[in-house]
Amino acid sequence: MAVKKKYDAIVIGGGHNGLVNGSYLAKAGLDTVILERRHLVGGAAITEELYPGFSFTTFSYALSLLRPEIIHELELTKHGFMPLLMPSTFAPTEDGEYLLLGQDKNENHHEIARHSPHDADAYDAYGHMMEQVVHAIRPLMDSIPPDITSKDPEERARMAAIGSYLADLPPGVLHDMIRLLTGSAADILEDYFESELMQGLHASSGIIGTKVGPRSQGSGLVLLYHSFGEHDGAYGAWAFHKGGNGGFTQVLARAAESFGVEIRLESPVDHVVTKNGRATGVVLEDGTELQAKTVVSAVDPRRTFMDLVDPRELPSDLVDNIRRFKFQGTSAKVNFALDANPTYPGLEGRSDQYRGFVNMGPSLDYLERAYDDAKYGWYSQKPYIDGCIQSNVDPDMAPPGKAVMSCFIQYAPYHLKNGDWDEERDRFGDRVQKTLEGFFPGFSDLVLHREVVTPLDIERVVGLTEGNIFAGEFLAPQMFFFRPAPGWNQYRTPIEGYYQCGSGTHPGGCVMGAPGRFASQQILGDLKKKK
Amino acid sequence: MIRETPFHPRTSVANQTGLWSHWSGYLATDRYQMSDKFEYFAIRNSAAVIDTSPLYKYRIMGSDSERFLAGVLARDIRKCRPGQAHYTVWCDDDGWVVEDGVILRFSDDEFLLTAAEPNMAYLQDLAGRMAVEIVDVSEDYGALALQGPYAREILKQLAPEMEEIGYFHLTPAKVGDAAVTISRTGYTGDLGYEIWVDRDDAVGVWDTLFEVASPYGVIPAGQTALLIARIEAGLVLIDVDFHSSRYAWNDDQRTTPHELGLGWMLRNLESDDRAFIGRSAIERELAEGTSRWRTVGVMVDYEDWNRVYGERSLIPPKDHTPEHGGMMIYDDRLERIGYTPSFVYSPMVQRHVGIARVRPEHAEPGSEVGLEVTIDHRYDVVKANVTLLPFYNPPRKTA
Repeated sequence: MAVKKKYDAIVIGGGHNGLVNGSYLAKAGLDTVILERRHLVGGAAITEELYPGFSFTTFSYALSLLRPEIIHELELTKHGFMPLLMPSTFAPTEDGEYLLLGQDKNENHHEIARHSPHDADAYDAYGHMMEQVVHAIRPLMDSIPPDITSKDPEERARMAAIGSYLADLPPGVLHDMIRLLTGSAADILEDYFESELMQGLHASSGIIGTKVGPRSQGSGLVLLYHSFGEHDGAYGAWAFHKGGNGGFTQVLARAAESFGVEIRLESPVDHVVTKNGRATGVVLEDGTELQAKTVVSAVDPRRTFMDLVDPRELPSDLVDNIRRFKFQGTSAKVNFALDANPTYPGLEGRSDQYRGFVNMGPSLDYLERAYDDAKYGWYSQKPYIDGCIQSNVDPDMAPPGKAVMSCFIQYAPYHLKNGDWDEERDRFGDRVQKTLEGFFPGFSDLVLHREVVTPLDIERVVGLTEGNIFAGEFLAPQMFFFRPAPGWNQYRTPIEGYYQCGSGTHPGGCVMGAPGRFASQQILGDLKKKK
Repeated sequence: MIRETPFHPRTSVANQTGLWSHWSGYLATDRYQMSDKFEYFAIRNSAAVIDTSPLYKYRIMGSDSERFLAGVLARDIRKCRPGQAHYTVWCDDDGWVVEDGVILRFSDDEFLLTAAEPNMAYLQDLAGRMAVEIVDVSEDYGALALQGPYAREILKQLAPEMEEIGYFHLTPAKVGDAAVTISRTGYTGDLGYEIWVDRDDAVGVWDTLFEVASPYGVIPAGQTALLIARIEAGLVLIDVDFHSSRYAWNDDQRTTPHELGLGWMLRNLESDDRAFIGRSAIERELAEGTSRWRTVGVMVDYEDWNRVYGERSLIPPKDHTPEHGGMMIYDDRLERIGYTPSFVYSPMVQRHVGIARVRPEHAEPGSEVGLEVTIDHRYDVVKANVTLLPFYNPPRKTA
């Protein structure tokens, strides 16, 4: 049988946004192929059995920001969509103190009051403030932003509409929103909480994936971003998908195929073919040429504009902006197969504290000091660790009685001053393990297998430039109107028929799917106009 | 005095919330832990242990027991062979449902009937002079349900004889030293089993079971988790989705098997020569097309749900706590055409769903209906679609 060469649409990259985008295009009737470089789809959202019986979420490890519309529109529940509740959040310390939050509001009140009666009350106030801000900003996140550079009256009207929308918000909510968008996580959290443990627990959402410390301006934006999601209507709540985030992208792949998408694995794209300023297809690394009038890049902006096409075909201001676009990945993963759940002093014999995030960042100072190392070009000697022992929620992840633990590590800057990640890998892994040992004495005795994922590995394996997990930093000048560049924030590119749908476009990273969905709306809208 | 089930020495320790309800005069845990949703997910994702001991249990024995039950139960018990079980209803002379329950058949002339309400006098009166003995053994046995995808893998380690039993089959088995019956039955719509055990052996069976099951993440689940699962499974509940005709005040409160969505129990009635209670009324209902209701699913339109709450600047709730009430259902002219006795946000379907009773002309799957919701003390109508039941039906349930 001859291999098919001609499609309506080609999607480059089988990460979650590529899968979402391809699904929508196929659902609308386009003959669509998704080209994935690796032997499996999912991009940075994969699950792999790296040690017999243990499923590792190598990179991305939890789910919250996925837009609920996608669940329904792509009929994901038919294909096994199953976001499992994480009923607890555990914040241990190195001296045996801890904070264990659960699903009962009043029990949480008493638990926080052990540390600070003030914070027990402030917790509700903080939660309400965050919910109000998230609720207010959601319509902006859940729509394609206007083009701030455009003189088109329609775009100008949309700009004005945003102004009116913001002006209609309760002034307090607007002010809180601006504080979050422009300020530091620490400034906001110190307003609410006096307990170091509470401050540290919440501030960690302000640094994840980003080269900022909790006291850096800009960490407020990251904090807010991580609160946009929901689990079954609970704002800011996270879930473990059945089978890890790789389980989720397998659901997406099944949905895509049900709409008729062809998924081609081990099909790395060399470049996009253009003719007279418009895309006509792609050439694979093996020389195969595939044709399509619509080509969508689901990879990051650097690859979309600098690698897949010849930058000389692009306007120089766009090329400059993409060159300046900050990636500077700062995160790593160290994942463990464990002989059993770790033991926490004082909670021996219990495992209910491990049913959600295990947040090892017990104070603002702890997090800021971890950042200090990164500022000067090295990885944290005592890193922030977001641990998840997913086998406590999903028994399929590890053999009975054993445990698999995902550890998100920060800071681990892509560019090491006077060092090399391949040489540092084991030392870095040891450093992380030593830090874990500080929180969970005896941890190392449980380790059956360890996987160290450096930012360089993220770049090499997934293809994310400089290992940035969001396909580009969450910095104000790289969001909304400017993601990935002013004038090119609406999923189109200067090359007709060539689109972008990765996390480097609005709204951004995390397993969200919104870029893939919005890009499909633009593509289908443009095709309709042409008819 | 409220009674305790044979598992109470263990459930009372496991219940960390202090929340109990009264089920047939017994203490039943509402939720063991602070998160009932986590207990629910154990049912769908690993397995959960549910104490269902408060069910009434009647042992029915004697050479006429099959003949007796063939006349009492609407579903043909003669087709339930020894080693099998039936979910069945029994009706009154007018074809109204008296009750539903599961009956286990141990041998040609020995059965165990479970029921939510007392039925001793009702059954004995019907037995008359037949060679049948009915014994209320409700107190003698504990019943422990193990429900969820890992149920088989766990139980077979304790009782290898259960591995092969099919859906609605049963086997004698041993769990530890205790002689038990294991039936592949349950109220969750998932792969699952129930262990029937002498009350004196109950605690031992609990301990033996958890020894094997705990490493799989198995936890005890309370009533709330069970009730979420049963709505997803489209399983009706007495005093919620229907009422016993024995205690109804008028026919509005009564329902026929067909109206209750249980007409499948009476398939092939023409080739069934039994004279069972309610038969002629049921035949008349079918012949004359007098069924007033159909029991269907309704699934809320998620966009419209977001709209009605969004218009009031509220976060649209997605609450997994079952609502047992009666949200009204309207047609497009706002004429009332039914109601939903059972309603919940389904974590598996990711939609608000309800078991509903609608007029037959509105029962076609896909039909658009309006569901009345109350938001901030004001009525609104949200779009929903009629669907088939169950909402969630994993292949493993019967595989």
